[in-house]
Amino acid sequence: MKSKPHRIEQLHQQYIGSLLREKRIVRTYQFFIFAFFFALWELSSWLEWIDPLIFSSPSKIVELLISKIQDGSIFTHIGFTVFETILGFILGTLSGTLLAAFLWWSPLASKVLDPYLVILNAMPKVALGPILIVALGPGFTSIIAMGAIISVIITTIVVYTSFKEVDPNYIKVLKTFGASRYVCFKEAILPASFPTIISTLKVNVGLSWVGVIVGEFLVSQQGLGYLIIYGFQVFNFGLVLMSLLIIAIFATIMYQLVEYLERKIIKSSN
Amino acid sequence: MSFLSIQHVSHTYFTKKTAKTALSGISLDVEEGRFLSFLGPSGCGKTTLLSIIAGLLEPSSGEVLVEGRPIREAQEPMIGYMLQQDYLFPWKTIEENILLGLRILKKDNELSRRKTFKLLKEIGLEGTEKQYPKQLSGGMKQRIALVRTLAAEPKLLLLDEPFSALDFQTKLKLEDLVSATLKSFSKTAILVTHDIGEAIAMSDTIFLFSTNPGRIYKQIDVPEVLRNLTPFNARAHPEYSSLFQTVWKELENLEKQTPSY
Ligand SMILES: Nc1ncnc2c1ncn2[C@@H]1O[C@H](COP(=O)(O)OP(=O)(O)O)[C@@H](O)[C@H]1O
Ligand SMILES: [Mg+2]
Repeated sequence: MKSKPHRIEQLHQQYIGSLLREKRIVRTYQFFIFAFFFALWELSSWLEWIDPLIFSSPSKIVELLISKIQDGSIFTHIGFTVFETILGFILGTLSGTLLAAFLWWSPLASKVLDPYLVILNAMPKVALGPILIVALGPGFTSIIAMGAIISVIITTIVVYTSFKEVDPNYIKVLKTFGASRYVCFKEAILPASFPTIISTLKVNVGLSWVGVIVGEFLVSQQGLGYLIIYGFQVFNFGLVLMSLLIIAIFATIMYQLVEYLERKIIKSSN
Repeated sequence: MSFLSIQHVSHTYFTKKTAKTALSGISLDVEEGRFLSFLGPSGCGKTTLLSIIAGLLEPSSGEVLVEGRPIREAQEPMIGYMLQQDYLFPWKTIEENILLGLRILKKDNELSRRKTFKLLKEIGLEGTEKQYPKQLSGGMKQRIALVRTLAAEPKLLLLDEPFSALDFQTKLKLEDLVSATLKSFSKTAILVTHDIGEAIAMSDTIFLFSTNPGRIYKQIDVPEVLRNLTPFNARAHPEYSSLFQTVWKELENLEKQTPSY
């Protein structure tokens, strides 16, 4: 009789053990791929299998990074790009959601604006870059606008679709209590669409990076995008690759933060 | 003057290609405190009629009066509506869900709160206040939905197949509970169902609906003996079986008259 729960306990421990083992194997492989890639890069650059002038090498990139850290210049560039990306991301998501709310509010407007949304969505937004720079000046306003504009239309479309798909019976329940359209929006439509809005956040983080980097290419004053273009022009590919690595790191951090936020919100809403 | 008066209500749904008459010439009067059932095949316009009675849908023609006044001009909502599913808001706690109506109606005060929590207790779900709907079973959620509806103190309760998504045992228990709760508040109620037994066990009067377009085909009064029993006990009474047969035959006649089947 007594041995039964003990047996289950044992099996459970075994199961946890197997999970841990699997995790360790995965981590080991991941580490080896990482180490192998950089080692191969270093080696092939050193032995001149690849042109070291173009592809540089990890050690040179680290050297460059250290010198940039010492003179402090890298921090201004990172600061600018991250600031622009966060602002573009927030602006794009917020105005997309507001626009979606407006479309939901006014069925007439949503019908009128439908073809324009389709066209704007199909259009490659980065092509608007030069116009933005002419209109807003070659500064970070234009870059933030790029970061925002690239995600605003798709956010509008996705969020508006989710607003429309909320089960009308929730509205019916609210209306029997005499709820106004605003109350229906606040109590049912918006909270029911939170999961969709959060998932657009994840997409928009990536999009904003694209917008901001392209913006910095065009404006060419500061930021990681500027470093890439500058390094390209002066044939300093170490600089280009270093900027790329920094971008990869910060984009990942931002994505992880949004994911963390998602888990938090989804948890509290469940 | 009767409590609820439905006068010559017809409704047609228009789409680009079709004009579908869902209801045609519905007239009936309901005295306060009565329990009515609308019984009929799906698609005969029962939900449409409830939406019109609730004032959520304007009929193509005809009028609905509650206490002599058009429902759409009512100063404050006096209709409670219960649907096939509970439609509790999953992101709100049970407490937030049952107080929702009061909050929207701006009647969220100490007294009304206390009444609502008392109702929750009476319905046997005290202690669930801080939980979320998904932590409860289907039958419990439907009971919470009943509390939410009754908390706003509606004068007229509309029940649109509220038991049809539940398993049979839960359904029988809930029938008794709803019936007892409504009796204790002497609420007027209209139950929509396609379950003959449920209509007989719960209501004072049954209206049979024919389809295409929806019309009242027949009115059947449930005998006094059955009305005084709880739904569960009514189902065991000999009168129940004979009435079941009668209603069954009527529905068969009805089907014969509608060649579309
Ligand atoms: N919004 C709508 N637009 C067009 N037709 C509808 C709409 N709602 C219901 N109908 C049609 O009206 C008829 C009655 O529907 P309903 O009232 O839901 O019936 P029931 O509740 O008795 O099943 C059905 O034939 C249905 O297809
Ligand atoms: Mg229906």
